[in-house]
Amino acid sequence: MTAPEATSEETRAGAVRVRGLTKSFDGNQVLHGLDLDIAPGEIVALVGTSGSGKSTLLRVLAGLSRDHTGEVEVPAEQAVAFQEARLFPWRRTLANVLLGVPPGTLPRAEAEQRARDVLAEVGLSHRLTAWPLTLSGGEAQRVALARALVAQPRLLLLDEPFGALDALTRITAQRLLLQLWERHRFGVLLVTHDVHEAVALADRVLVLDGGRLRHEVVVDLPRPREHGSADAAPLAGHLLHHLGLDA
Amino acid sequence: MTTVDTSAAPQPVAAPAPPGAEPTGAAPAAAEQGAPRPGRGRRARRVPTWLLRAASPVALVALWQVGSTTGAVPDRILPAPARILDGAGETLRDGSLVAALQVSSQRAVLGFALGAAVGLLLGLLVGSSRLADLVVDPPLQMLRTIPFLGLIPLFIVWFGIGETPKIGMVALGVSFPLYLNASAAIRQVDPKLLETAQVLRFSAWRRISVVVIPSVLPQVLVGLRQSLGVAWLALIVAERINADAGLGYLINNADQSMRMDLVVFGLILYALLGLSTDGAVRLLERWAVRWRPAVAR
Repeated sequence: MTAPEATSEETRAGAVRVRGLTKSFDGNQVLHGLDLDIAPGEIVALVGTSGSGKSTLLRVLAGLSRDHTGEVEVPAEQAVAFQEARLFPWRRTLANVLLGVPPGTLPRAEAEQRARDVLAEVGLSHRLTAWPLTLSGGEAQRVALARALVAQPRLLLLDEPFGALDALTRITAQRLLLQLWERHRFGVLLVTHDVHEAVALADRVLVLDGGRLRHEVVVDLPRPREHGSADAAPLAGHLLHHLGLDA
Repeated sequence: MTTVDTSAAPQPVAAPAPPGAEPTGAAPAAAEQGAPRPGRGRRARRVPTWLLRAASPVALVALWQVGSTTGAVPDRILPAPARILDGAGETLRDGSLVAALQVSSQRAVLGFALGAAVGLLLGLLVGSSRLADLVVDPPLQMLRTIPFLGLIPLFIVWFGIGETPKIGMVALGVSFPLYLNASAAIRQVDPKLLETAQVLRFSAWRRISVVVIPSVLPQVLVGLRQSLGVAWLALIVAERINADAGLGYLINNADQSMRMDLVVFGLILYALLGLSTDGAVRLLERWAVRWRPAVAR
C-alpha cells in the first residue's frame, strides 16, 4: 500500500489537507464534501455519535478506504492505532513494535534499538519478551502506541484508542500520549466519542454529524489540563449540546 | 470447523514419548505462576503423571502374560507377549524387520508428502479465493463422502499393483483432513490483523509470514494429526495389495505360515509408528500455540 494521495511540499511537512471529501457505502452517503485541515503538530479531536462517519474519515486518511472522491493530502509518515491494540499475539512485545518500523528503512540493530527506546518511553522496558495475550489492556494499548510511534510518524491517527480501557487506565494513557506528543510533536487526529477526552487533549475539537463537520471548538487552555476542571467543563457541555445531548 | 486442542487429552499409550517433554513443559510454568497449581499435585509425593498413566497399560500386558502362561489365553488365539517379543527379535536378526520398515516408511512418507501438498494447497486456495471455493470445493466435498478405502479396486485397475496405488491411497487419505482444516483456517484469519498489516505497510511476504501462517498453523496442525492417522490406516490396507515388501508383506507372510506372534507384532509396529508421528505433531502443536497463555501456563 502506498500513501493514499498526492504528497505536496506542504504535506511533506506533516499537515493534513482534505477538500470536498465524499464517500458512500452501498449508495448511502457517509461523508458529504468534507473539508479538514490539521496543522503539523496539531491535535485535532473528532467527536460524533455512532454512524456519524468519524471512523470512516479516519480510515480514508489511513488509506484503508477507497472509492472516495475529493482531495486528500496526508503525510506519508503516518501511523494508526485502533481501539483494540491489534498486536500480533504470536510475536513478543519487542517483535511487535519492531514490525512498526517500515521495512528496509533501518538496519536491524538500529531498528531494534529504536523499538527498545520507544518501549521505554511508554514505560514497558520490563515487558519486552512478554506475549501480548499476557499483557493487561493498558499495557497492550501502550505497546500498540509504541508500534505506531516507532515509525516516527508526522501524523498519528487514533481511532478511539482509549475506548476499551477502564477509567483510571484511560487517564494514565491520555497523559502518556500528551507526554509523547510534547516530545515528538506529531500531528494527531483523535477520533473519540468522549467529549471530556477531546477537551482534555485537543487543540481543536470538531463535531461530525451526518457526514458533515458541523462545529468547531478551539480549546485554548494550557496543558496539562485537569480532568473536569472549571475551564474545561463549559467546553465539554458545549460539545455535548452540539451532539444533541444537553446536560 | 473449530480448532480443538486434543493435546489436553493425551492418549493412554503416549506415555513413552512425553517423558522428555513433560518436565520442560511444566517447569517454566511453575516458575511463572509461583503459586502451586491445583490438580498438578501436592508437592509431597511427586510421581510424574506419565508414570501414573503408564501403570494401567503395563498392568494389562502383565495380566496378558499371566493369562498366557497359565493357559487361560491359548497361544493359537493370542500369543504371549514374551513370544511376540521373541518373534520380534527374530525379525530383527534376519533383517526382515528393517527391510519392511524401510519400504513401509518410504510409502508413508511419499504418500503423505504428496497428499499433504495437494490438500494444503487446495485448502489455502479455496479458503482465500471465492472463485476457487465455488469451483473446487463442490467436487471435493462429493469425493470426500466416498469411503476412500473402497477405491482400492479402482486404484488397482488404474495404477496396477506396484507402488503407485499404495502411495496413491495414502495420499488420498491424507489430503482431505488437511484440505478441510486449511480451508477453514484461512477463512478465520482475523480481518483486523490483516488491516493492521495494511496500515503497517507489510509486503506480501511479511503479511503471509507474520499474519497468515501463524493464524492458520494451529488448525492446520489439527488437520495434520488427523491426516497422519489416516495415512497409517491407508497404508495398512493398501499394503495388503499384492504385498511383496513392507510391513504388510511381513504380516501377510506371518499369516500364511501361522505365525500369530509376528502378525500381532506387525500390528504393534503400525501402532508405534502412528504414535510416534502423532507425538511429534503434538510437540509441534505445543510450540505453535506457545503464545497462548493457557498453553504457556
